[in-house]
Amino acid sequence: MANFISREEAQRIVERALSFSQADQARVNLSSSDTGNTRFAQNQMSTSGDATNANLSITSALGTRVASATTNIFTDDALRRVVETSEQLARLVPENEEYVGELGPQTYPENDQYFESTGELAPDRRAQAIAAVTEQAAARNLISTGFLIHEAASDAVGTSEGLFAYGTRTRANFTTTVRTADGTGSGWAGTSTHDFDDLDTRALGARAVEKAMRSQSPRAVEPGRWTVVMEPTTVGNMVGLMMNQLSARSADEGRSFFSATGGGNKIGEQFVDSRVNIFSDPGDPRILSPTFDGEGLPNRRMVWVEDGELRNLNYSRYWAQRQSVEPSGFPSGWYMSGGDSTMDDMIASTERGLLLTRFWYIRGVDPRTILFTGLTRDGTFLIENGEISHPVKNFRWNESPIFMLNNIEMMGEPVRISASESSGLTDAVVVPPLKVRDFTFTSLSDAI
Amino acid sequence: MNRREFVRHSAVAAAGLGVAGHSNLVHGILVPTSVGRGIDQDRDALASAALNAARSAGADYADIRISTTRTQFVATREQIVAGVSDSETSGFGVRVLVDGTWGFAASRDVTQSEVVRVARVAVEQARANRAAQRRPVELAPVDWTGRGTWSTPIDVDPYDVPIEEKVEVLLAANEAALAVSGVAFANSSMGFIRDLKFFASTDDVITDQTVYRATCGVNVTAVSPDRSDFQSRSSAEVAPAGRGYELVTRADLVGEAPRWAEEAVQKLSATPVQPGRYDLVLRPSHLWLTVHESIAHPTELDRIMGFEANYAGTSFISSAEEFLGSFRYGPEIMNVQGERTTQNALSTIGWDDDGVQPDDYLIVKDGVLNDLQTTREQAPWLADWYGSQGLPVRSHGNCQAQSWEDVQFQRMPNVNLLPHPDRDVSEEEIVEGVENGILIDGSGSFSIDQQRYNAQFGGQVFYEIRNGRVTGQLKDVAYQIRTPEFWSSMDLIGGPSTYEFGGTFGDGKGQPSQSNSISHGCPVTRHRDVTVINTGRRA
Repeated sequence: MANFISREEAQRIVERALSFSQADQARVNLSSSDTGNTRFAQNQMSTSGDATNANLSITSALGTRVASATTNIFTDDALRRVVETSEQLARLVPENEEYVGELGPQTYPENDQYFESTGELAPDRRAQAIAAVTEQAAARNLISTGFLIHEAASDAVGTSEGLFAYGTRTRANFTTTVRTADGTGSGWAGTSTHDFDDLDTRALGARAVEKAMRSQSPRAVEPGRWTVVMEPTTVGNMVGLMMNQLSARSADEGRSFFSATGGGNKIGEQFVDSRVNIFSDPGDPRILSPTFDGEGLPNRRMVWVEDGELRNLNYSRYWAQRQSVEPSGFPSGWYMSGGDSTMDDMIASTERGLLLTRFWYIRGVDPRTILFTGLTRDGTFLIENGEISHPVKNFRWNESPIFMLNNIEMMGEPVRISASESSGLTDAVVVPPLKVRDFTFTSLSDAI
Repeated sequence: MNRREFVRHSAVAAAGLGVAGHSNLVHGILVPTSVGRGIDQDRDALASAALNAARSAGADYADIRISTTRTQFVATREQIVAGVSDSETSGFGVRVLVDGTWGFAASRDVTQSEVVRVARVAVEQARANRAAQRRPVELAPVDWTGRGTWSTPIDVDPYDVPIEEKVEVLLAANEAALAVSGVAFANSSMGFIRDLKFFASTDDVITDQTVYRATCGVNVTAVSPDRSDFQSRSSAEVAPAGRGYELVTRADLVGEAPRWAEEAVQKLSATPVQPGRYDLVLRPSHLWLTVHESIAHPTELDRIMGFEANYAGTSFISSAEEFLGSFRYGPEIMNVQGERTTQNALSTIGWDDDGVQPDDYLIVKDGVLNDLQTTREQAPWLADWYGSQGLPVRSHGNCQAQSWEDVQFQRMPNVNLLPHPDRDVSEEEIVEGVENGILIDGSGSFSIDQQRYNAQFGGQVFYEIRNGRVTGQLKDVAYQIRTPEFWSSMDLIGGPSTYEFGGTFGDGKGQPSQSNSISHGCPVTRHRDVTVINTGRRA
């Protein structure tokens, strides 16, 4: 049985903490998780770990003087102490004119993010899922490495104003990198899921094995602007950079790509290809994500980009109040719709281009254009006359999701990806593969 | 042996090379953890219960780490206190070896019955993994056994300083920055960590350590009047360190803020760099990050052996046997040291999470690769090399976990590019020899490939060098390197008077990704003929 805090227990702990509060207003955030992971390298397990943890934070407000304190011990003594700490701190800080108070009871969308297959995952099933990859690699004299992580978790928020929200979820992520024994080829595959029964590690292993074998002894082609066929993981990496820049406040303050020249923001402007549509929706089973944010505000369906036009930005409660709009909540999963082209169609229609499998070490370069740099890895191929002709050396790119989404040629069917560079647990991100022109590569890398 | 005999304050191994300046307060990287009063229970009793339970369940080796971490963080923007938080987390992790296979489990419930349960879970997990084991883990011996204590030397305990004083410093720094014409925004923050770490292993090592870490910084943004441009400058010279509140006092955020603010405003009108090849003069406030990415990470032995291939990557050092003693990393004046004894550096510690006392060693000696970073599990992989050098097979003590709930693995010590071996070369002398170059101060954007060949680095402030003299500010500068060529192109290196430490709390490695605090010492360096790009792309 997964070891996380139940609704009844959460309610009891949250109420107990609030009962010690002397503040004008207070909010308790309680999160708990039961996580397990296994790493493998050289076709065998390297380390694994199981951990149960929980954290309680209390935010106390005396007027508009606000401070927080956190503990992971929930005895009465510890709860009393953590409440007192936050109140002592709050007493000593200046008034915060941006504090908008705590919320009362709210209504949340329905979703079920808990799957027993993940919540009750046993060590031996975890070991079997990995053996399905290591055995394939070993049979071909290849070297597999990878990572499987899963969790069962709960989150609760309660306030002195009568709000109580509780949700559970399970999530898992699996990624593998398979390399040739001589180090001249490398392939990757991975995905994420809420339901472990959906995870086919054998198929993912087969894809990484195939890429490792096909990628051996890459040749160098020149950097510059290329037409690229992007697997969904690379698309998700790029578009995710833009999704992190949706703060309405930064835009209104003039320090964001989404700032409008002369004042205000770009809501209502078409800024990318008219085929681009991106939304969040905690009630959509394809993009499961929490139904409330850290303040207990309901997350709801938010259309960010519609037909290439910026429809919404992310408004905190303070900024929303100041700008007289509704706060947006912060739905963390998102969906980018696609088109009806297959990867094969994209390759077949390309006279000279590159196929990209995975990106790496993506870091910001210029926030004015959301320009980032990063590298390709684990499966970069040259496409010539509609066919993959041979593997090529990796590249460093300097590119912006904004330019990329203006240069779309073809779109495929959206799929769920492993969205974090470190293969950590994230909410669902679903994106299509894309064919894009003029993607900018600035230098070659010898890394395999 | 009594406890006192083992008290080991960090040796002043690097006398005269005090940790000064330079940091990378990367936003979003500072991971709030937490501290405290410690565990009420008798940790010796908990440890023996866990280790006995692991042994009786079949473990050949076991260790337990029990810790309490307290973190305090204060963040401001303009004249608003954006957040004040105080966090504490306690728990323990048990690691076991069963027939050469690892198991690890952890829990926040620090009780006698739970340590026994968790020890058994770790053994059970190791058994489940054992089926696929091809090469059993062997641990290098430990030379030191017994009981010891260690703590970070600090002047002022940050938890003794009232919160009002902390808030006042930050708001005053913001005010000083905002007083500069053209500045639109100023954020500032400070954070403190105190980690009470208890370790016990079945190899008769018991250690009790108190680790302090501190960070602070300011970030200033200037926006052009027509909103067509915005530029930021962070206090990249202020390095996080193993210090108490004195870190904040020494940083003088209020005194320095106007200069950082002026430099942010100057960036709006600075000359965009012409792409091309330039000689680079790199200050320690910038260079520590280049050392980190292109020297410290590629010399981690687990990467070289492929254990990190799925995320952090491998290394251009493709084989330890073939590269050790023969690979030329750079010129003869290049020496790189691994150590965990420099007072106030972030990796400095008494014992690592294998229970090993770290030693000092040369990773690069006279320009040639000489040694690699190891743990007890990894040192035996270098048995042939150590044998050929007449050295015993011992761990360098480079094992660490980010918290009680994460398994320990190889993490870097303080990896330092040592100053010029023969004389105290000044920055002026280094700049004099440059006809067409760029001087870079502070760390900025950074990215490097998974084998640590191709890297791209930005900075905070860039100055043009013409005919041996520093002239005006440039902007939109980033340089691209191929690691071996870059270090070979280093033709002059500063002396001890230019040597400083920089670092960060946020070095990521491993899966699940663990964040580690790291420091690197380095002098000012000069590199010939490096590729520079202009990053100010508009379409």
